[in-house]
Amino acid sequence: MLSRRNPQLNAHGELIHLLSIEGLPKTVLTQILDTAGTFLSVNDREVKKVPLLRGKSVFNLFFENSTRTRTTFEIAAKRLSADVINLDIARSSTAKGESLLDTIANLSAMHADMFVVRHSESGAPYLIAEHCAPHVHVINAGDGRHAHPTQALLDMYTIRHFKGDFTPLTVAIVGDIVHSRVARSDIHALTTLGVPEIRAVGPKTLVPGDLREMGVRVCHDMAEGIRGADVIIMLRLQNERMSGAMLPSAGEFFKHFGLTADKLALAKPDAIVMHPGPINRGVEIDSAVADGKHSVILPQVTYGIAVRMAVMSTIAGNDA
Amino acid sequence: MSTLHLDAEALYADLLAGLRTLLKPGSALVGIWSGGAWLAERLQRDLKLGGEHGVISSALHRDDFGSRGMAAGADHTRLPFDVEARHIVLIDDVLFTGRTTRAVINELFDFGRPASVTLAVLVDRGGRELPIQPAFSAARVALPRGQRLSLARDEQGRFSFDIKDAT
Repeated sequence: MLSRRNPQLNAHGELIHLLSIEGLPKTVLTQILDTAGTFLSVNDREVKKVPLLRGKSVFNLFFENSTRTRTTFEIAAKRLSADVINLDIARSSTAKGESLLDTIANLSAMHADMFVVRHSESGAPYLIAEHCAPHVHVINAGDGRHAHPTQALLDMYTIRHFKGDFTPLTVAIVGDIVHSRVARSDIHALTTLGVPEIRAVGPKTLVPGDLREMGVRVCHDMAEGIRGADVIIMLRLQNERMSGAMLPSAGEFFKHFGLTADKLALAKPDAIVMHPGPINRGVEIDSAVADGKHSVILPQVTYGIAVRMAVMSTIAGNDA
Repeated sequence: MSTLHLDAEALYADLLAGLRTLLKPGSALVGIWSGGAWLAERLQRDLKLGGEHGVISSALHRDDFGSRGMAAGADHTRLPFDVEARHIVLIDDVLFTGRTTRAVINELFDFGRPASVTLAVLVDRGGRELPIQPAFSAARVALPRGQRLSLARDEQGRFSFDIKDAT
């Protein structure tokens, strides 16, 4: 049974797992962003390692492949001095028929202190958080279409770094919103941090009108969607969407919703362009824009490590 | 409530005089966040050292991380000079158990290998739990363990002490 309170927070309102941005108060988000700022400076040191998680074991459980996210979690944990164990679950125990909870029970018997979980099923990290020992912490590294909270936090860090204040901003999220856990988590984070205008931009098949219930402005026209925007978050167009009836072709999508210099000119002159990666050049974003002066795609990757260090050290320091 | 009265401004004048004897050519002042950083800022100016003082935080090397967690809103370390082969003078407002000093020495070594590390404090309140001693302290006082002593700074930059019963 899930307890009535948010399972991510302990009785003092402190973060013990990071499963979703939804339901987290602004103070918790801001604390993580502030802490990430401290960790960013660790990169500039002679010794790029701090001992906060010394003696702790972090298990990366990727039931779904993601080299980049897994690598940044691994670097983050290692910079905090944790022992990191990467398990290619997709090819091991589950393939032999072991249930998720049996896998977790076995790994817990190996004295795991933290699980970083990516899973194709929405809610899998919740299930793990519910059944693991009280001293074990769980981080959701992306579950189904549901949430990708560390990506949202690194996006918020990037926006705060370049724009300072959230409250005057217009943020456009462009592309396949309906299937995107990044978009969902970004929308929750932007709303909590006080962004007054969030736009969801894309074709009707990928940006349905009921997204308005999340408090966003739905735009099926790219020019309308990015006009005057301070921040443009482009999403990866997943190839598998092309095979269904959702889109006629990649070329057609690029023509209408791909970010080119011409379309970018409609945004504010100092707009920043973000992308969670991996980017599909010529599908959702033109190379000239991805590599251009408005792009902050590579800083996002760097900030991602500091943000994940902040999340890990924050939850590890709080008792259930 | 304690009746102890500490004149922080008078003690600062003593610390300033004490620092003049401790400094070597090329010494760099590093204030321990937050009270020590205020002191280092003013000492840097009053000693006419030129350049900028450093600020160091114990947050990433604390030994009570497991029980206290990450300190929210802690400032981060800023060392605007090369630590390698420098004579570093650490400045703190209050020296108590020595655990903060131990943590910032570890932090310092993450940036390089200093030639030497010296510690100067405004107040040494005893109660050490580690083998750490200051090269200079402007005052030594005895306080019950449950009381917290910390430096405060007003808008004009004047120092005073806060004494509180720990909750």
